Amino acid sequence: MEHYINLALKSIFVENILLAFFLGMCSFLACSKKVETAMGLGVAVVFVLTITTPASWAVKNFLLKKGALGWAGLPNVDLSFLSFITYIALIAAMVQIVEIVVDKVSPALYSALGIFLPLIAVNCAILGAALFMDQRNYNFPESVVFGFGSGVGWALAIIAMSAIRKKLGYSNIPSPLRGLGITMLLTGLMSIGFMCFAGISL
Amino acid sequence: MPETLLSKKNRKIVKDGLWDANPITYQVLGICSSLAVTTQLKTSLVMAIGLTTVTALSNVVISLLRNYIPSKIRIIVQLSVVSTLVITIDQILKAYMFDVSKQLSVFVGLIITNCIVMGRLEAFAMGNPPWKSFLDGLGNGLGYSCILIILGIIREILGSGTLLGYHVVPQSFYQAGYVNNGMMVLAPGAFFLLGIIIWIQRSISGYVEGR
Repeated sequence: MEHYINLALKSIFVENILLAFFLGMCSFLACSKKVETAMGLGVAVVFVLTITTPASWAVKNFLLKKGALGWAGLPNVDLSFLSFITYIALIAAMVQIVEIVVDKVSPALYSALGIFLPLIAVNCAILGAALFMDQRNYNFPESVVFGFGSGVGWALAIIAMSAIRKKLGYSNIPSPLRGLGITMLLTGLMSIGFMCFAGISL
Repeated sequence: MPETLLSKKNRKIVKDGLWDANPITYQVLGICSSLAVTTQLKTSLVMAIGLTTVTALSNVVISLLRNYIPSKIRIIVQLSVVSTLVITIDQILKAYMFDVSKQLSVFVGLIITNCIVMGRLEAFAMGNPPWKSFLDGLGNGLGYSCILIILGIIREILGSGTLLGYHVVPQSFYQAGYVNNGMMVLAPGAFFLLGIIIWIQRSISGYVEGR
């Protein structure tokens, strides 16, 4: 149990997927202008990551890994070179399914997430988490915790940034620095802040 | 009258990507990888070449297919074309430059979701003939490469005192008390540098973001 809490803490704070690995920067910069939008997108990312990371784990271990096709009578087949294309297809399909299910089960949540759900398919944080899971050889429960933790870390960062940018509206910034420039500098400061968590473990 | 291959208009397509509409500083695309791979010049160079190839070639392929792709499933078609190209590049890297491919880790795979590639496919290749799309992909790829190489040079010199693995900061500096700036190798240094580069580029090109 301790191991999983540690992994969650690590993926939320120490190795924050946005501030330490720069994943999902595009939507982070584009959607952090309003707090409400940031929250909607943050929730959607947590949701999708928690589903797609274990799903990619299943695909890797039952289809792609060397010897993974043993159950189909093909123990010598190694399809791991196909990992990129399978993961991205899986993520795109998952996002579609999630969209349909959420629409059916909870129309209120669907209208709140609305435009953001389809956009998530091309958010690099999602594919990035799947690839990290692959590279670090996580097992099934680890990949669930890692997916969820990365999502929470990303959501935390974008919500904090949207709050800062709201305050920023009152300050007098040199005109070429407005928008993207100042956001990058702020992200750097946030990233320093998150580095203080390094070394924390239970 | 048919246009020549390097007419003024076509040259403008390349130039737009390089400076006026630079994908990183103006269009705000592809920030993720530009920060992650630039701790050293070598990885930046490899990444720059990889991305430029993928953008240019996928633009050509999509542009050739553009009249046959049903618009409802265009995203998945684009993704599969891009990921096929990326897999090819990844396999080549693993075969010939294994150590670089290890350093780049997941970021080669992440070219697939790099917003520059998808953005150019959507915005340009879906509505333009192959040669123009090729130039557009090339221009944007090179614009991205420029920023990547600048970041790579600054971060490697300041962060580890080397360039392409050779020591450039003289030993006497260290004896006089000079210390490598460790922050440059870490994430915050990348954010600050890119912020400053954007500031400089926009001061020169005069582009101001509306509030």
